[in-house]
Amino acid sequence: MREKELVLDQYNAKVYKNRKEHILQIDENAEGQAIAANTRSIPGIMTNRGCCYAGCKGVVLGPLKDALVLTHGPIGCGFYSWGTRRNKAKTESGENYIQYCFSTDMQEPDIVFGGETKLRKAIEEAMEIFHPETILICSTCPVGLIGDDIHAIASETEKKYGITCVAFSCEGYKGVSQSGGHHIANNGVMRHIIGTGDTPIHKKYKVNLLGEYNIGGDGWETERILKRIGYEVIAVLTGDGSVEGLRNSHQADLNLVMCHRSINYIAEMMHTKYGIHWLKVNFIGIDATIQTLRDMAAYFDEPELTARTEEIIADELSVIAEARGYYHSKLQGKTAALYVGGSRSHHYQALLADFGISTVLAGYEFAHRDDYEGRDMLPFIKEDADSKNIESIMVEPDPEKFKAFLTKEKYEELRARIPLDSYKGLIHDMKTGSIVVDDLNHFETEEFLRLLKPDIFLSGIKDKYVLQKANVLSRQLHSYDYSGPYSGFNGAINFARDLTMGLYTPVWKFVIPPWKNHSTLQASLAEITGGEEATC
Amino acid sequence: MHIGWCLVIIWGLCPSGYFFQEVITMRQVAIYGKGGIGKSTTTQNLTAGLGEMGNKIMIVGCDPKADSTRLILGGLAQQTVLDTLREEGEDVDLDLVLKDGFAGIKCVESGGPEPGVGCAGRGIITSITLLERLGAYEADLDYVFYDVLGDVVCGGFAMPIREGKAQEIYIVASGEMMALYAANNISKGIQKYARTGGVRLGGIICNSRKVDGEAALVEAFAKELGSQMIHFVPRDNMVQRAEIHKKTVIDFEPECDQADEYRTLAKKINENKLFVIPKPLSQERLEALLMEHGILDL
Repeated sequence: MREKELVLDQYNAKVYKNRKEHILQIDENAEGQAIAANTRSIPGIMTNRGCCYAGCKGVVLGPLKDALVLTHGPIGCGFYSWGTRRNKAKTESGENYIQYCFSTDMQEPDIVFGGETKLRKAIEEAMEIFHPETILICSTCPVGLIGDDIHAIASETEKKYGITCVAFSCEGYKGVSQSGGHHIANNGVMRHIIGTGDTPIHKKYKVNLLGEYNIGGDGWETERILKRIGYEVIAVLTGDGSVEGLRNSHQADLNLVMCHRSINYIAEMMHTKYGIHWLKVNFIGIDATIQTLRDMAAYFDEPELTARTEEIIADELSVIAEARGYYHSKLQGKTAALYVGGSRSHHYQALLADFGISTVLAGYEFAHRDDYEGRDMLPFIKEDADSKNIESIMVEPDPEKFKAFLTKEKYEELRARIPLDSYKGLIHDMKTGSIVVDDLNHFETEEFLRLLKPDIFLSGIKDKYVLQKANVLSRQLHSYDYSGPYSGFNGAINFARDLTMGLYTPVWKFVIPPWKNHSTLQASLAEITGGEEATC
Repeated sequence: MHIGWCLVIIWGLCPSGYFFQEVITMRQVAIYGKGGIGKSTTTQNLTAGLGEMGNKIMIVGCDPKADSTRLILGGLAQQTVLDTLREEGEDVDLDLVLKDGFAGIKCVESGGPEPGVGCAGRGIITSITLLERLGAYEADLDYVFYDVLGDVVCGGFAMPIREGKAQEIYIVASGEMMALYAANNISKGIQKYARTGGVRLGGIICNSRKVDGEAALVEAFAKELGSQMIHFVPRDNMVQRAEIHKKTVIDFEPECDQADEYRTLAKKINENKLFVIPKPLSQERLEALLMEHGILDL
C-alpha cells in the first residue's frame, strides 16, 4: 500500500478524503475491492477529462461517415472536435463527411435572439451543398442556456426534407465527464435510428461491432479477421460506421462489445428490445483476440465455424510468429502505466502482456464503477444528482423484431463459460500491488512516475508532454499518434514495433533542458558605500 | 487661458478620471420593481419632471418589449439597439437608436428577443456595452435612467447595477404584498453588488394602488431597509389618460395635480442625499411587518 499512501499523504485533508476513494492498490486476495468513480473532479485539480459534448459528438456520433454532424454553438467546440480522434472512414458511395467540420458558428446576436433561425439556415445550406440523408445536431453549452428547441427543429427538418434528423442535447456542462455524452448519444441512436431499416440480410453469423471507433484503422483490421472466418458484420458502432448499417443492426445474431463504457447502453437496450445478446470482446492483444474468437465460436456453436476459427487463428499466428518473437525479446520485462478513457486501459493490458510487459498502473478518465469492478456490482451503484441528470431510457421488447437466438438452457450454459451479457471489469485482471486510479490528475501522474518508474506510459494528448519531459516513452491511445492499427494479430505487431522504436531511440533522454546545466538566475552583490554592516 | 491650463493639469494628474467625474456629475439611476407595478410609467413621468427642470437626460430601456420610452417619444416607432446590431452587424450608428423626445430627453431601447427564445439578459449586457462603445454616455448628461424589466431574474438584468453603471436605485412598489416581496428581493441584489461596487438604494417610490394604510406600510418597510419612501404617488386616472395619448402627464396636462406630484418626485430625487446599502428583511420579518399593518387580515 506504500505508493498509494505516499501520493495521498501530500494532499490536504479535504482532497485526501476525496482522492483516497479513487485510488486502489490491488490485492488479489481481497474480496470485492471497490473504487469511487463517475463523480465530480475536484476544482483546481488538473484532470484529463472532457465534456459531455466531447463524449456525444466527439466519440460516439463523430465517426458515422454518412451522417452530417452539425455542431450548434459558437465555433470553438466544432473546430476543436474536428478530426482529432483519427477515426478513419471510407465509402464506396462517396458520401463521407468524416473530413468535414460543420458548425452554426453562433454569434452574440444569436445568443440574444435565439439560435434557431441560424440552425435552420445551416441545415438549409447543408441540404443544398451536400444533400445528406442524415443530419445529427449536437448542441453546445450556450444552446442549453438559452433553450433553443433543437428537437423541434430536427423533426421539422425530417418533414421538410424527408431525411433523418436527430438532435442531441449534449451541452458540455452536463454530467461529470464525457460519459454523460455517450449515454445521450446512445439514447438518440437507439430511439431514432437502430431498427428502422428493413433490408433483409440472409447470411449466417451476423454480428455488430459495438464500441469500436476505428482509431488508426483498428476496426478494419478486426473486420478483416472476422470476415476471413465467415462472420457478417452488419454495423460498426461507430468507427467507419454508417447510419444505413445502424438501421439494419437489429437483425444481428450477436453484438460484440469493445468499449463497454461508451456503448453498453445500446448493447443492453438491443438485448431487451430485439433479444440480441452481447459478448464482451477484446481484439486488442494476440491472446485476447484468440480468446474472443473462440468465445464467438462457442456462442454460435457450429463445428464448421469452430474449425474455421482455429484455422484462421493458426494462419494469422504463423504470419506474425517471427516478428512476435523478435519484439518479445526486445520488450520483455518492461513495465507500463495506462491512463485512457473507459476501456482501453483494460484492453491494452492484454496486448502488453503478449510481449512480456507488466502493467503497474491503470486508470480511467470517465469510467463508472462497473467498468472497474464488473457489472455484478451494478445494483449497488448509488445514483447522485449528476448521474440522475442524464436521461436513462427504457425500451420494451419489439413484438415483431424480437427474436431469441439461444434457448434458456444454452444461455445459462454459455454464460458460465464466456462473458455473455456480462463484464468482469478492469480490477479482475490486475495483479497484486498494481495501482488503479480513477480520474488521474497531473499531480498524481508525476508522483506515480517518480514512484513506479514505468518504462512506458500510454495515455493521451493532455499528459503526453509531461511524460516526455520526464523521459518516459509516451504513446497516445486516443489517437495512436500517427500510427495504427493496433488491433488483432497484425495490429499487435504494429504496436510492439512502435514501442520498440520508442524505447530504443529515447530521444527525450538526450535533450537536456537549459536549467539542468546553466544557472537561470543572475545576480550580483550590491556595493555597500556607507560602511554599515549589511543585515539580512 | 488659465482655466484651460487647469484642466490640462487635472487630466494629467488623474489618469483614472476621478476628478473629471467629480466636476461633471452624471447620475446614473436604475429603476426596479415588480412586473406591472408601473416602473416605465413612473420613470417617464419622473424624467419629464427632471427634464422640465432643465436636466439633460437619457433613458435606457432594458425591457425586451422595448416600451420604456413610449411616453417620452410619443410612440413606439424606435429601432432597438439589438435589432440594429442584428441587422447592421457591428457597424451600428448611434443616431439610428438614440432619439430625442419630450424636454430633449434622449431615449434608447435595448430591445431583445421575443418571449420564449434566446437570452434577454445577455441582450441587456450586449446592448449596454455597445452603447458605451458608441459614446451614448455623453459627458454633458445630468442623468441616465435605466428602466429594467420586472425582477432581477439573472445576471443580465443586474447589468445596470454592476460594473459601476447605475449608482443609485429606486424601487417602485405599492402596499401590496407581492410588490413589497419583490422590492425586498431586489434589495438583496443591490446588497450583493453594493459590497463590491458603489451602488446604493436611493429610496422606494410608492406608486399607490389605493390599499388601506399603504403609505404607512411602505414607509415602515423602507425604514426597515434603512432607506426612505421618497415619495407617495397617488393613484390618478390622469396617468391612464395621458398614457393612451402616448404622453407623460406633465406633457399631456401640465396644470393638473398629478403633474405636480411627478414634479415633486423629480425634485425630491434631484435633491436626494440618502443613499444606503439596503438591509433586506427576512421572510419572517417581512410577514410580521405586513401583519402589523393589517395587510394579511384583508
